[in-house]
This record gives sequence, structure tokens and C-alpha cells, in this order.
Amino acid sequence: MNAQMQKAAPIIEAIDLHKSYGKHEVLKGLDLSLERGEVVALIGPSGSGKSTFIRCLNMMEIPTGGMIRFRQKAVGERFRDKGGEIGIGTLRRHVGMVFQHFNLFPHKTVLQNVTEGPIVVCKTPKKEAEERAMSLLAQVGLADKHGAYPNHLSGGQKQRVAIARALAMEPEVLLLDEVTSALDPELVGEVLSVIRGLAEKGMTMAIVTHEMAFAADVASRVLFLDQGVIAESGSAEQVILNPQNPRLQGFVSRFRG
Amino acid sequence: MSYNWDFHSVWQYYDLFLLGLWISVLYTFGSIFFGVIIGFLTCAARLSRWRALNAVARIYQEVFRCTPLLVQLLWFYYAFPLLIGASIDNRVAGMLTLSLYVGAFYAEIFRGGIVSIDRGQREAAAAIGMSPWQSMTRIILPQALKRVLPSFINQSVIQFKNTSLVSVISVADLAYMAAVVNGQTYRPLESYTVMAVLYILMLLPLTQAADWIEKRLRVSD
Repeated sequence: MNAQMQKAAPIIEAIDLHKSYGKHEVLKGLDLSLERGEVVALIGPSGSGKSTFIRCLNMMEIPTGGMIRFRQKAVGERFRDKGGEIGIGTLRRHVGMVFQHFNLFPHKTVLQNVTEGPIVVCKTPKKEAEERAMSLLAQVGLADKHGAYPNHLSGGQKQRVAIARALAMEPEVLLLDEVTSALDPELVGEVLSVIRGLAEKGMTMAIVTHEMAFAADVASRVLFLDQGVIAESGSAEQVILNPQNPRLQGFVSRFRG
Repeated sequence: MSYNWDFHSVWQYYDLFLLGLWISVLYTFGSIFFGVIIGFLTCAARLSRWRALNAVARIYQEVFRCTPLLVQLLWFYYAFPLLIGASIDNRVAGMLTLSLYVGAFYAEIFRGGIVSIDRGQREAAAAIGMSPWQSMTRIILPQALKRVLPSFINQSVIQFKNTSLVSVISVADLAYMAAVVNGQTYRPLESYTVMAVLYILMLLPLTQAADWIEKRLRVSD
């Protein structure tokens, strides 16, 4: 494989992805292919399946049909690699996730939250992990909070720590699941600017968001999910600024106000 | 009504009281030790996806939570030997019963603590690549155990009092020794009062500590 091909090869793919809860089918066959450096925004009404979809990408939800491929290899349902299949554990080491409700570890300090993954999962020496964590905290503007416990932080600060925690694993892909939806409006900006910085540095990301202006700004591609399928996809200009699908037109216009 | 208190004749047997107290403490900590192990295993079984294991653990818990400890002690000492065709030492029967009894309650306390931890914690641990074991031991358990510490201490205080029941199968604990002293002195009021005071002296610091810990945990949350 030459360098040219490697660059074009997708890092993570979803192929004909289905997910049902009992009789209720949430995802009805979705395909996605993420290349290095791409930022894909997933938009759509609540219940459209966008959160379920992004959670399938790191197997937080196990798909009921189709498959996830990571570096052209199928991801299995076991934690460890087996045969030609990549294990869920391996997948998650390389695919980070940030949640709507932060989910910081309340019994650990900010620094420990960030070093936990590298030390426990990657067996990085503590000192090295801490040095790296401090530089990541500086990157998200929270170096001075390294000794604080999560309960003493604002929502925006918590989410920035959560981003640093995910980055500490040096992920190849970052999944952001409505990361500003639980924040007070005045705290949204500080989190979005961190994400914007990551996009500028070439981080590959899939972002579920309701922030249309932000999606239009950072995303190289926007997918509109509706009723469990990708109803429209294309550049931000096409999908958000010039929508064709009538349901998408209605959805986008509601956010324009 | 005038009663001539005579603690002196009873206190002559102070060594019996102290020995009994020591035995009670031994049974308390012994059964707490084994009970914690049993409780953890039962809790793990209850949380496992293996249905048969789950059912066995559940039946064990309900049997031991829904019969009086006294009944269990009598059963293990007098009935169980007939079932297995071998006699069983009263001290062994006592320790076994106490441990199984408290283990059933501990299991429920641990389980309650674990399921009370927000699902997002497990997801966050999984998202950084932790195995289920790492997630449980490093993220879930530390938070769950902190949360259940007050209930755990309460159950352990109750356990101290419960050890007094082993006297009915002739284990020489504090309650048993008080009866012995009473038999020697014919001074039931003094004998049993000394016993009660010794129990209070042992347990009061523990209940106070439990309250203090509970208050501290509430502040730090």
C-alpha cells in the first residue's frame, strides 16, 4: 500500500448499520466512512438515531446488523482482538468519546481523570502520563485546575476536562455526542472553541450536535439523519445552507430562528 | 421497693465477662470477614448475566433474609448434622450461620451501591478502553463502596448484637457468660445489667463513628 492510498483509506467505517431495541428499529442501514482529518457533523431531530449511531461507532451500543470497520478490519463483539477481528477494547483505545453529561470520575482529581486511561489501559508510566495530561489541560485552558475534583468545576470546565481525558489516549478518531447540550448557554462557547481548535489541528471527528452554526463552521461534511436513515449528506453549504429535503428544510429553519 | 444491689459478687467473675466479650468480638469480626467475602461473591453472582447463578444467589439471599437468625442457628446446629450425617461443632455452626446471615445482607448492600452508580461512569470507563474488570475495580467499586459505607457499618453494628444468639447453641460468648455468672451468683439483675452495659460500651463508639462518617461523606459529595 503506498502513501497515497493510505491517506485515502478510511479510518473508521460503518457498513449497513442496523440497531433495534426489541421491535423498535432505531437505525435502518446506515453507511459512513471517515477519512483522516475529516470532521463529520451529524444533525437531525431527536429520535432520529444520531446518538445511537455515533455510540455504535465505538461499540458503546452493539449494532444488531451490519458492521463497524476500523483500519479496514471488522470489529468483533469481544473485548480483545481475535483472529482477523479487532476487539472492542482495541477499538476504544483508538476511538475516543465525549459525552453529553461529561461523566467525569467524581472520586478522582482533574489530573487523575486525564491520566487514568493512559496509566491503566496503555500502561504509560505515571510521570509521563502526568506530564502529557498537564499539557492537554493547558491546551483546554484548565492547567490551574489539575488538583480540583470535578464537582468543583462548572459544566464548561467539566466538558473540557472530558475532552482532555479523551485526548490523553491519543485517539485517531474523536466522537462527540451532544457535548454542549447539557451546558448553560454562556458556557457553550468555551467548549466549542476547544473543538474548533482540534479540527484545525486535523483531528478526525464525528460530532452529534444541535449547534447548526458550529456544524456549518467546522464540519467538512454534514449528515442529516431522519427516522433511522441518512436522509441527506454533503458539504455544510449543501446540507445546512441550501437544503433540498423538505424535512431537512423544516429542521434547519427551526434552528435559524 | 428496696433492692440490695450487689455488683461485687458478680464482678468477681469479671474474667468470665471479659472472656465472653472477647468471644463476642471474635465472632463479630470473624463473621464480618467471611460475610464480606460471601457478600461480594453473592453480589457478583447477582450482577452476572448468567441466569442460573443469579437465581442461586437470589434464593440464598431470600432464605437467609427471611428466616430469623435464631432459627438458622438451631437448624445448622441441630438439623444440618442429620442431613450430612456428621456432627458439627457448635463454634463452627455459630460462625458459619452468622457469616451466611450477614453475607446475605452485605450482598444486598453492595449490589444496591453498585447499581446506584450512574451508567455514564461505566460508559466513560469503557470509552477510554478499560476492560469491564478495570472499570469495576477502579471506577465503579470505589464510588459504590463509599456510598454504602454507612449502611455497611450499620449492618455490622447489628451483627455485633446478633452474635449474642450463638449462646443458645452453647458458644461461650458474652450473653452465655452472663448466664453462667447468674447461675453461680443467683444475681440475675446484676449479671444481666453488667452484660448490657458491656454491649453498650462496645457499640456506642461504633454507632457514633457511623454517624460521623455519614455526615462527613454527605459533606464531601
